[in-house]
Amino acid sequence: MLRVLLLTLSVVAIAHAELCKPDAQNAFKVRLSIKTALGDNAYAWDANEEYLFKAMVAFAMRRYSSKSTTQISNVLLCNVTDRVSFWFVVTDSSKNVTTVPGSEVEAAIRLNRNRINSAFLLSDKTLQFLKITSTLSPPVEPSTPVWLIVFGVVLCLIVAGIVFLIVAGIQQRKKRNKESTERENLEEKGEVTVTVENGIPCEALDLKAGHINGVFAADDERFTSL
Amino acid sequence: MEKSRPLWDNPLQFVFACISYAVGLGNVWRFPYLCQMYGGGGFLIPYFIMLIAEGMPLLYLELAVGQRMRQGSIGAWKIISPYLCGVGVASVIVSFFLSMYYNVINAWAFWYLFHSFQEPLPWATCPLNSNRTGYEEECEKTSTTQYFWYRQTLNISPSLEASGSVQWEQALCLTLAWLVVYLCILRGTESTGKVVYVTASLPYCVLIIYLIRGLTLHGAVNGLVYMFTPKLEQLSNPKTWISAATQIFFSLGLGFGSLIAFASYNEPSNNCERHAIIVSLINSTTSIFASIVTFSIYGFKATFNYESCISKVILLLMNAFDLEEGSLTADNLSEMKDYLMATHPQEYAQLSPQLKNCSLEAELDTAVQGTGLAFIIYSEAIKNMEVPQLYSVLYFVMLLMLGIGSMLGNTAAILTPLTDSRVIAARFPKEVISGVVCFINCVIGLIFTMEAGNYWFDIFNDYAATLSLLLIVLVETIAVCYIYGIRRFEKDLQTMIGRKPNWYWKVMWAFASPLLIISLFIFYLTDYILTGTLQYQAWDATQGQLVTKDYPGYALAVIGLLVAASTMCIPLGALVTFIRKRLKRESVPTVA
Repeated sequence: MLRVLLLTLSVVAIAHAELCKPDAQNAFKVRLSIKTALGDNAYAWDANEEYLFKAMVAFAMRRYSSKSTTQISNVLLCNVTDRVSFWFVVTDSSKNVTTVPGSEVEAAIRLNRNRINSAFLLSDKTLQFLKITSTLSPPVEPSTPVWLIVFGVVLCLIVAGIVFLIVAGIQQRKKRNKESTERENLEEKGEVTVTVENGIPCEALDLKAGHINGVFAADDERFTSL
Repeated sequence: MEKSRPLWDNPLQFVFACISYAVGLGNVWRFPYLCQMYGGGGFLIPYFIMLIAEGMPLLYLELAVGQRMRQGSIGAWKIISPYLCGVGVASVIVSFFLSMYYNVINAWAFWYLFHSFQEPLPWATCPLNSNRTGYEEECEKTSTTQYFWYRQTLNISPSLEASGSVQWEQALCLTLAWLVVYLCILRGTESTGKVVYVTASLPYCVLIIYLIRGLTLHGAVNGLVYMFTPKLEQLSNPKTWISAATQIFFSLGLGFGSLIAFASYNEPSNNCERHAIIVSLINSTTSIFASIVTFSIYGFKATFNYESCISKVILLLMNAFDLEEGSLTADNLSEMKDYLMATHPQEYAQLSPQLKNCSLEAELDTAVQGTGLAFIIYSEAIKNMEVPQLYSVLYFVMLLMLGIGSMLGNTAAILTPLTDSRVIAARFPKEVISGVVCFINCVIGLIFTMEAGNYWFDIFNDYAATLSLLLIVLVETIAVCYIYGIRRFEKDLQTMIGRKPNWYWKVMWAFASPLLIISLFIFYLTDYILTGTLQYQAWDATQGQLVTKDYPGYALAVIGLLVAASTMCIPLGALVTFIRKRLKRESVPTVA
């Protein structure tokens, strides 16, 4: 009895070793970067975590196909390294000693990637299934690009400024023309005296404080010292 | 009643206008490159010598001419000698070429500014490819910032011949840029005078903010130490001195007629000598200040890239040899590499082509200038800072202020002669003249928004102004010193300012500056002749980098036309005046 038990156990172990080894058919390599993702809160990878992993893969297989009856014992892990990386393979419970095709496993994992990631507090980058590419989420695109909105605002401001300045200029010119005709009329009547210097009215000249002309500044040197 | 010439409200507006014009993009994107290439801190020696030998004297000359003659460039040179009207026309033509292509830079700055209001910044990540399994191929080969510049901003074609279509986004930004310029020059000195308060001072505020931010960035000191350590052996390289002279010359914006235009709106008694010294010193100091900021940004970027490179190598080794996380660090990397090479020679040999040798020196050595520095390198550094949107907005607003400030000077150079000429000014108000000039420039500028537009931009940037300006300023200096006469000029200055220029100015005007310009001119000509065919850098999308190509025939023809259009005006102007005088003399009968 004991011998039969030992024999079946060894057969199963050898079969498992046959099924799960690096680069085996339908086997996938997984790589975790726990310290990179969690820093000081990183947990250690031990047998319990491996159990959780097997459970998640079984869960993914069951969710993917309702017919599936994958058990935790169907998921085999091997070659666990310090990195933390390992190979896993899913055996078929109905047929003995065969593995579930890789495409099914891939599809199942792809579908449930989010759930698997969150179970380990990791992300697509830190929990890598080396042969399974993840679908990258596209960036959020608003309906009108943001830059057009800002462009529109600035454009409206500038055009408003231009229109304002042009209209103000036209009004100023009209006022000036009216003033000059009025002044001409008054000048003909001789009523307005406009102080004029060399044909230029004093208002147009610059009436700021006088500038010191350096040639005349050195006044005290003109007189010979006693 | 004579209509008086519009004036600046106060001398400060004039100084700000000159500073706003002279301090432009060249201070930010050309000077740091030259500093890096030609000896770091040692480059300041030829730079200051050239400032004293040609920068200050030529600036004072142009300001004095403008202030004395109180006319734009065409009128001013006509007064100096009727045979020199061609010089003024040449200045206007060069300014016209410059304003055609320079505003495109403002359009690009607007584009980046509008795109800074997003999280994350659009040049921080690559877009996804069509089946969403990875990133766009072109973006993978090059960096995200280069991809954003070459593909999403310019949508550049692989060569000059493949013109492509006008990019409507860039065309919109260009139109906006021209509307902004129109708004600023609409009322002449009235509006320009107020705008230059902002365009002159805002860049300094942003530079100070960036200086503080830049110096506190991780790795900034690496950049500063590397760049500013003087490599005095470069002083024996003639190219160092030529680059210093060229940089001073073009940085001050001499020869375009803008300085003459600005000075013509001065009061006749304005002390332009003091202002010339102030403006040239501020211009040079700003260059140095901007290069401190740029070098700290370089240092940050280089350190960041170096550390990413090291992390990538560590990750690669960890994954290949299934080592525990944290066992490989930057410090023990070289020892671990030797250990792995010894223990697993075959696998290591397989891996070695992918293991790049990360070197901080190599990262710091990448010297970039021009639009590459302003739009690619800076945006790369900004995306790695905290609150990148804020720094991005500040930076591109600063670029806009610098660009618009220079555009104000350029358009003033074109408009002042037009508004001075009684033929045009009598019929149309200045708003209409400014509007027409802006409109024509905008329409021609649409060429630079096509897919091959950046190649045409490079042609204009490299050839439209260089030789012509040297010739124009040479003729100007010789005209004032020898045709107008330096004694007459001295007397004019005495009337205006109150004292004669001292021997330093006279020596520089009469001998040093013309000699320097002649040697620069000879150097450029020989350089063009010796290089043979002219080449340009084209973007290759398949490789994700720039490749060198030869210019096609018609591009060379355009280059020749650009140079000829302005330089030929000088002799043509003299010839036309000569013929006109001959005809007048013959038609007027001699009075007995």
